[in-house]
Formats: sequence, structure tokens, C-alpha cells
Amino acid sequence: MNDTAAASRNSVLECVTFTVSGQIYCLDIMMIREIRRWVSVTSLPHAEAHVLGVVNLRGNVIPVYDLAVHFGLGRTEPGPRNVVIIADVQGQSFGLLVESVSEILAVNRNDVQDTPELGRGRHTSLIEGLISVGQDMAQLIDLRQIVRVSADALA
Amino acid sequence: MSKSDDIRALFFEECSDLMDALFEGLTLLDQGAAETDTVNAVFRAVHSIKGGAGAFKLDDLVHFAHRFETVLDALRAGRIDSEPPLVQTMLRAADHLAYLLEAAHSDETVDAARGQTLLDELNAYVSPEEGTASFDFQPMALDFAAFELAPAGEEKTVLLFRPHAKLYLNGHDPLLLIDALRDRASIDVDIVTDALPSLAGYDPDQPTLTFRIEVSAPDPRSVIDEVFEFVEGICDLDMETSAPPLAEPDPAPSPAAFSTEAPAQAESPPSAKPNKPAATTETAAASQTLRVELEKVDRLINTVGELIINHAMIAQRIDQLGLLTDTELDGAMADYRILSRELQEGVMSIRAQPVKALFQRMARITREAGDATGKSVRLVMRGENTEVDKTVIERLVDPLTHMIRNAVDHGLEKTEARRAACKPETGEILLSASHKSGSVIIELADDGAGLNRTRILETAIHKGLIPKTAELSDPEIDKLLFLPGFSTSAEVSKLSGRGVGMDVVKTAVQALGGRISIASTPGRGTTFTIVLPLTLAVMDGIVVSVAAETMIIPITAVVETLRPKPSEIHGLGSDQRLLSIRGEYVPIVDIRQKLDLRDGPPPPEQLVLILVEGVDQNRCALCVDAVHDQRQVVIKAVGGNYGPIPGVSAATIMGNGKIALILDTDHLSRVDRRLAVAAPQAKSEMSLSHE
Repeated sequence: MNDTAAASRNSVLECVTFTVSGQIYCLDIMMIREIRRWVSVTSLPHAEAHVLGVVNLRGNVIPVYDLAVHFGLGRTEPGPRNVVIIADVQGQSFGLLVESVSEILAVNRNDVQDTPELGRGRHTSLIEGLISVGQDMAQLIDLRQIVRVSADALA
Repeated sequence: MSKSDDIRALFFEECSDLMDALFEGLTLLDQGAAETDTVNAVFRAVHSIKGGAGAFKLDDLVHFAHRFETVLDALRAGRIDSEPPLVQTMLRAADHLAYLLEAAHSDETVDAARGQTLLDELNAYVSPEEGTASFDFQPMALDFAAFELAPAGEEKTVLLFRPHAKLYLNGHDPLLLIDALRDRASIDVDIVTDALPSLAGYDPDQPTLTFRIEVSAPDPRSVIDEVFEFVEGICDLDMETSAPPLAEPDPAPSPAAFSTEAPAQAESPPSAKPNKPAATTETAAASQTLRVELEKVDRLINTVGELIINHAMIAQRIDQLGLLTDTELDGAMADYRILSRELQEGVMSIRAQPVKALFQRMARITREAGDATGKSVRLVMRGENTEVDKTVIERLVDPLTHMIRNAVDHGLEKTEARRAACKPETGEILLSASHKSGSVIIELADDGAGLNRTRILETAIHKGLIPKTAELSDPEIDKLLFLPGFSTSAEVSKLSGRGVGMDVVKTAVQALGGRISIASTPGRGTTFTIVLPLTLAVMDGIVVSVAAETMIIPITAVVETLRPKPSEIHGLGSDQRLLSIRGEYVPIVDIRQKLDLRDGPPPPEQLVLILVEGVDQNRCALCVDAVHDQRQVVIKAVGGNYGPIPGVSAATIMGNGKIALILDTDHLSRVDRRLAVAAPQAKSEMSLSHE
């Protein structure tokens, strides 16, 4: 049974697509804990530009990052239309501010294309691969890299 | 395999309880309360440790415990008196017992020389023939008249052993008992299944088996006595011999009767008797206490914290609705508040433990330190029933150990010096704990010579910690002890001076959210005071707003809040401002600047200052936009999902669900230490220019 579960996980990738500064991104659904409406954050002193602040998630203090800053797309002006994706990676929880969430996509893992080499930008290292959605292209985010980058920024 | 490991772990756990009881009893004896009950309790503790140790073949431990027990037995029987030297010896013996237990627990090898001196001391109190032979457990000498035993030679006894449910509940295992019996005699075991009920009436919790054991030994009864000693009363033992049944001990021979008998006699009959009360007190204790995983308690504490936040949220929402006065709703909300507060206090108290065990451990450290330095010291404990959070207790061990060693080594004078100063030869260290307005106060005072301020100043200048020209007040000199890299001992003694300074103590106390201060009177002694928060989960804070944010300042650090007149603010250099308050200049720290907060409304014209005092007693005035109120907040860690933030110690959740940061006032004032150290310098320069 484990084998079949593993096999299906290997072949089919379910991901949530959303927009950040007009570009389409997506995340493996297994890493997403919940999606919440934007609430105002408590800003943190000495924080990096991509750190918006912390919010209260049922009694836990969770940092919220601005994905647009991560990808060098300027700052997102947070408003009530925006949503925060709460992700859970390696026991760490954090929120990602995005413009809006579009849909849930099921793709075959084989259909995920490698990111073409475009020099050594910070952007590309955060992208695991590309998925074509009709006319558009969704960029699959490597959350572990996001966590690592955030941790490096702190240190 | 793992099962016997479990049992072993249980044994050490029980031993730690027994050691507590032992130290408690000995402390009572030390205070002159030589009551029979106390002596009995002490005896039982040592005896139980010996019994358990025997089961795990911890020979060193058994040997030592046995000698100790013999002395205690003599004391109990009134053959020797509990005079101070004996009590001191026994206290040291208890220390050694604790050491042996620790060594056995961690499988370390034991320093034999250490125990030998104590053994000699103990032996001095009891007659020699009670000495050497008696630690041998072989029951060959058990042949006194009360037990009409058959003469020596191989003898066969048939034993019917029927465990009660209680025996299993207490963690005993018939198999281990039978194995123990097999070690001492040749046996033949059979199971009696007569009592087996029908399957329909079978109750899995009720034991039904009876073991029929044929014991062949020179003296089967004593072997059986010994093996089943610890399960007496929780099983049926029937022996098919003509001897009187085991479970009815003859009226115990008068203590005088065995004073001249062979050793094992002194050992066995009393052990059978006191063991019974021990068993009953244990069961009584079992019904009163409950071992719970710490994690479960912590989860409960968290949930209750949520409940309090939830109450605040509802209260705030009701307020916003602007309802007409609804007394019923008000009443219900007030009840809700009281109930949740009570619930929280109740839950927090689960984590709280009396500091007694910690203090007793310190008594041991004191004795060791006294022995090592050749000084006569006594630790006096006060308020040892004061309850403090478990984590706090655990993390106080190292700082207190260090402080006690310091007090004995540096604080107390040598005996001759004390005599010359007309002080009692035995130095006294007072360790006390108390609750005061939401804080726990732990004081450690010695009656030694007080701090040698001249030498402290010299050392600090020598090590370049302060400039040569510095003119420091006495409290400022005392505070130098807490500077990193400061160690007073000119000659490194073997006790303290291990490179660990008081700054480590200070850091440890700070890490617990507490502060430490020092006071000293020449010739009278030195007192260290540690002030700790009552719990680590909740604290009282002042709610302030800075820029667009709401923040909390821990109340323990706050001295006062004030709105200064413009004339009380003085500029210093290009960007510094000082507050002049009661003749003292205090640096003003702008939180907005310090924490790099740029958003939000501009700061108000009228400065609002909160005067705070860091653990190093450096004061600074924090500049905020407004002060709202004072309230209890639940502490939430920020570090877990994010990382440490300089100037922020934690966060909390306010009534509106938003997060407020709790400021780390020590960090905020510490950043300005440069300035504070510069201050005395400035003072001395001023005095120079006056000349």
C-alpha cells in the first residue's frame, strides 16, 4: 500500500497555483497547511526586506514573507484582496504573501520541465521547475530554498 | 533486556526519592530533632536503597549502604547517641551514597579511597565484629530463638507463593523473585492451576496463579525471608513446614537483645518490620501523586494560555459592541475571567515544585566545599517549601553550585581569622527562598569577611576592564564581579577559580528572565539576591505603543514611567540625550531608532519615558509614544519559526488577536553599556577639570 501511495506521489504532482506580481507560481500542495486572508502583521525590528512581520496563527507566532521581494519583483502592497499561504517545511511554519490563489493543478511529474539556465540569478535557484498551464507558464517554487535563503539572511 | 533496563531506571528514580527522604531526615537530626520517627525514616531510606542495590548487584553500593545502615540501626536501638559529629558523618555518608548512586547510574567507576575514610569513620561508631562480617549477605547467622529453626544441613521447604494484584501493580515480577531464590538455593518450581477460574469469569486484572516452590538449602526460611522481604504484604506465602508462619513476626526482640548478637540478626528482623510501614507510606504516596509526562502539562499550559487570550478577545469585542450595561453579561464575563485565571494558576502550579530538593543538593555542595577548603561550614535553609517552576529549579543548579563554592572558598574566612574576628568558628551560609509580588527571590548570604573592594578594583584595573582613573562607588565596584573575564582569586584554588566567573552565573539567571544583585558589608558578609519570575509562561508587562506597533515592557525591569519637563532633558554629543532624574543622568534610548521602526505616526511632542533597570543595574529611559496599561501576558516564543531578534525577547498575543513584541530591556540597556561605562570616566574628567 505504501508502495502504491509512493508511486502515485511520484507520478502525479498536485499543486496550488497563484500569482505574484503578475507572474504565475505554484507550490506542492503537500507543503501547504492552509490559505488565509491577509491580516495586518506585526513588523519585526531589523528585518530583511522580504520579512513582512509576524502573525498569530491560533496561538503560534508565525513569520510572513513577501514572495515578490524574494523573486526581485518589488514589494507587494498588502491589502484585503491578498492571501497568505501557510506552509510547513521541516517543522517550520511560515506564511507567504501572494496576490491571489488561482486553482489546484494535477500534473504528471514528468511534465515538470527543468528551469533553463539563465545565469546564476537568485531567482532561478528558488525555482524547482516549470509547468505549462494552457497558454501560461507556472513556476514551481522550491520551498526548502526559500527557507534556506531566509535563514541565511538572518545569520 | 529493555525490561530490566526499565526496572533499573525505576530503581534509580525511587532512589532519588529515597535520597530526598534521607537528606530531609538527616537535616532534621542535624537540627537536633532526634525523634524515633526521623531515625526510622532515615534507616528505611538507606535500607531500601541497599535492598534495591542488592537486586542489581551493585556491590559497592550495597557494601557502603550496609555499613551506614548498621550505624543507623545502632542509633535506632539507642546504643549510640545522635551527637553532632555523628550527624555530620552521616550527612557525609549520605553524600557519598548519592555519589555511589550517581556512579552506578552512569556506570562510572567509583573512587574507592573516597568511601574508605567514611567507612572508617562509620566503623568507629559500631563495634568491630558488627563490621566486616556483616556486609556479607549470606544468612548463615540467622538462627536466633524467636524463629525456631531446624539445625543446619540441606533442608527442604515447600513454599506456596501467591502474588496479589498489588504485587504486579508495584512492578514486581515473580520471575525475578524466583530467579533470586534460585541464586541462593536449589529450587524446583511448579505452577498450581487449581485456582484458575472458568474463562467466562476470568478477570485479566486478577492474578490467579500460585507458584509451588521447593526450596532446598541449609536454611530455606532465611533465604525465603530475604528474597521475599520486599513483597511482604502483597503476596501470600505459605510454607509447608512445621516452622511458624512467616507473616506473623514474633513480638520483636527488645533492641538490647541483639546488641551482642551476630551481625545479620541486627539486620534481618528489624528490616522485616520497618519495611511494612515503608510499604504503607509508599502506597499512600502513590495515591497522592501522579507522574505525568512534562509534555502533557506543557500542552495544557499552552491551551490555558489560549483561553486567557480568548477571554481578552471576547471582552474587547463586547466592549466594542457598545451594549447598554448588561449586568448579567458583565457578571458572566467577570466569572469567566476569574475562572480562567484560577485554571491557569492551577495548571501552572503543576509545574511548580518546592525548592527543597535543590536546597538539599546545595547542602551537599556546601559540605563538599567545606571539606575541600578545610573550613567548617553550615548551610541554613529557609523557605525550602517555596514553589518554583521546574525549569527554573533545574537551571538554577549550576549557578547556585558556583555561588556556594565561591561563598565557601572566597566569602568565608579561615577558622583562625574567624576566631580572631570573634565570630563563631563554623561559618554560616544562609540560603533562602520566598515569594514577593509575583517574583521568586532566592538569597544566598554568607557571614564571611565581605567583599575585598580594594582587591576587586585592583584586579579590574589590572585586567583592563576599567580605566585606571575610574572612580567607582562601592556598589559599582561590587558589580564588577559580574563582568566577563573577571576572576578574583589571585591563586587558583582547586575549588573555585575554574575559569567560570560570576558572569556565567549572571547569564544563567538572565536566561531565566531573572536578575541578580549583590550587597556586601565588610566584616559582616556578602549577600547575593536572585529575583526570578514566578513562571516562564506568563508575565506582567506594561503595554506601550511605539510607531505603529504595540509592545510590552516586562514589569520586573520597570522602575517608573514619567513625562519629563523639557528642562530635564539634556543633549549629549550629536545624537545622545540624557534624562536628569533626582540628580542622576540616565541615557534616553529611543526604541523607534533602536529597533529601526520607520512606519507609523511621528513621535509625539511630549516625551513619554519608561525608566528601566537592567540586571546589571544600569538604568536607561526608554522612549515610547504612549503607555496604555499594565496586564498579564502569555509569553510566546518567536525564535522557533523565525530566529532571534535583537532587542526582542518574545512575543504575546493581544486581545484583538494581534501580536505584540515583548522587549528585551536588558539588551536595550546593554547596548548602551559603552555609554554607562563612559559615564564614570566623564565624571572623573569633570573633577579633573575642576581642579
